[in-house]
Amino acid sequence: MKQLLVLSGKGGTGKTTVASALIKLMKASVFADCDVDAPNLHLVMQMNSQPQRSDYIGLPKAFIHEDRCIQCGACTENCRFHAIRFDSVFKVLPYACEGCGVCKAVCPVDAITLEYISDGELLLYQDFDRIFSTAQLKMGSGTTGLLVSKVKKQMIQFAANDSVAIIDGSPGIGCPVIASISGVDFVLIVAEPSISGISDMKRIVKTAEKFQTKLMICINRYDSSIEKTEEIENYCMENKLPYAGRIPYDEQAVKLINQGKTIVDVDCNSGRALRKIFVKVMAFLNENNRIEKYEN
Amino acid sequence: MIIAIPVDKNEENTTVCMSFGRAPYFMFVDSESGRFEFAENDAAESQGGAGIKAAQFIVDHKANVLLTPRCGENAAEVIQAAGITVYRTNGNSVKENIADLKDHKLTLLEEFHAGFHGHRSNS
Amino acid sequence: MKIAVLSGKGGTGKTLVAVNIAAVAENAVYVDCDVEEPNGYLFFTPELFDRKEVSVLIPVIDRSICTLCRKCIDFCNFNALACIANRMILFEEVCHSCGGCRIVCPVSAITEKEKVIGHIESGVSKNVIVKTGILNVGETSGIPIIRELLNENENDQRISVIDCPPGSACAVMESIRDADYCILVAEPTIFGIHNLNLVYELVEQFHKPHGVILNKCLEGENLAEQFCAENQIRILGRIPFHQEIGMMSSKGLILVRENETHRKFFVNLLNKVIEVIQNETITCP
Repeated sequence: MKQLLVLSGKGGTGKTTVASALIKLMKASVFADCDVDAPNLHLVMQMNSQPQRSDYIGLPKAFIHEDRCIQCGACTENCRFHAIRFDSVFKVLPYACEGCGVCKAVCPVDAITLEYISDGELLLYQDFDRIFSTAQLKMGSGTTGLLVSKVKKQMIQFAANDSVAIIDGSPGIGCPVIASISGVDFVLIVAEPSISGISDMKRIVKTAEKFQTKLMICINRYDSSIEKTEEIENYCMENKLPYAGRIPYDEQAVKLINQGKTIVDVDCNSGRALRKIFVKVMAFLNENNRIEKYEN
Repeated sequence: MIIAIPVDKNEENTTVCMSFGRAPYFMFVDSESGRFEFAENDAAESQGGAGIKAAQFIVDHKANVLLTPRCGENAAEVIQAAGITVYRTNGNSVKENIADLKDHKLTLLEEFHAGFHGHRSNS
Repeated sequence: MKIAVLSGKGGTGKTLVAVNIAAVAENAVYVDCDVEEPNGYLFFTPELFDRKEVSVLIPVIDRSICTLCRKCIDFCNFNALACIANRMILFEEVCHSCGGCRIVCPVSAITEKEKVIGHIESGVSKNVIVKTGILNVGETSGIPIIRELLNENENDQRISVIDCPPGSACAVMESIRDADYCILVAEPTIFGIHNLNLVYELVEQFHKPHGVILNKCLEGENLAEQFCAENQIRILGRIPFHQEIGMMSSKGLILVRENETHRKFFVNLLNKVIEVIQNETITCP
């Protein structure tokens, strides 16, 4: 199975819009949403089944047992994450706690334990013809790459025989993005033609290049700035980055997404542009490469 | 020599696992006697540094050779420092890969992907 | 007075709002806590007057003292240490800088050194001091940078506008820690509503007074308005979808410095927020 990941660096560029359309065009029966902080793909994919849910246990969090605590303050002194506050009693702020165990190690009276709590939920939709793996991180939890890995693992576990799996990625360049790139064969970057969009695109290209995956760039809402679009196209040429094409701003797209449809469900400008990009993506994806193929 | 392979299940006909650090099990095969055993990979559930922990695991298990489809640079550092040779697997059949190793048909794994940069809880 | 600007989803116009509010205040500080993808400085193009590196501490193991007992490896929850051929190896980017290995080493073989993970740039753009946090590519957590930005800003009496990272994860929670008011920016799409919900829950949990700005409003049914009505969330203003706004933003132009209508809109907005903060202080001291 090959994995195609859609990333952007900047949020709101149209990752999910592009990913959902590619899923439709490829008739992909396996896909995942790795934007575990703010998952959106399920709003467009319209699965029929109820998902299987499982708790995601993230990092353990420290917990101070009030009855044993002698209020010496050693924990607060040694906590590098400012996760322990004193407010008549010493308490751990779960959202700041990184589960390192230092407070537990320095507590002279063993008043601190590390507890595993649910940090979110893994969801697996299994329609008779499609598998969709996603997750929702609990608000305020750490966005750990582990949850992203589990979303991918869930997807792979149930879909070993399929040819291409499509993954909707998350914005940014940090840990969840890095976790989603690992093991992926192809990254499609959706760029926004604006000063911030270009800045973010460059950072995500740098991040993705550290992994030896194939990379391709496309531009969404290119007509919001022809000048910036050309800047991106030149950048791709100068840096020998494969360029997949560009999609115009399309009011129809907004309406379709709001109805839970993809931009290729109806004939529209953005849909047509995406079909051209799809052809380029498939050609590039199928070029011989050094990554092993698993034939089943 | 002892051959280590990341595998999907702890049974004889298992397949090679696509991931090294997060493989659910490792299979250790004694190339001389043909005996093999499975060990659960504790690193799989790690928040971060799974490759490192898994590498330490196979080093501690006295592996001489590692067969894997891919490997991160952090794990590679550990493995190479221990003098273990790493070969790239071909296809996902464990049996075939071991046979290929015997027949010198496997190539060395030379590209290690960038570290799976830890799993910060607060990013 | 500290105003945090958040959105559950990226690309809704958080930076647009934050930058323009800071620009209309007489004397303000703009703090960019979106350290993975900072954007505000692209609009302000500030003249820089300071650059400060932000670092974390990572362990250094003295081989001459180390007995290879592996207590540090056993302790480390992040698997940043390994022992190979009688040599300890540290994997810097996996290390969370908790200092635990140093504490548990029975022979005090571990000391610490600084590792730079990013930096803070301070600059000025007309009436705005611009503070930008930048995380180095490859580093996994920007929280130490956010913390440093907020520590620097803590005692600043000027109006501070905090541009937060998108989402509702703990980097966001860290960013709003000193906020007197939170502006939630939402777009009227199903993605927008879904994500507005997450960030709304967050500010409620932290008991932060808040209001919503609806951005990119199109004619017709506005799902976000319904959501706000149902949850009785105050709508501070509505920015219509205008190609002109998008065009100016793509060029990095600050709306309120280009156009009187936009200036009036944001002045009204800022005044509304100030009024609410002052009222909240009166009613809930």
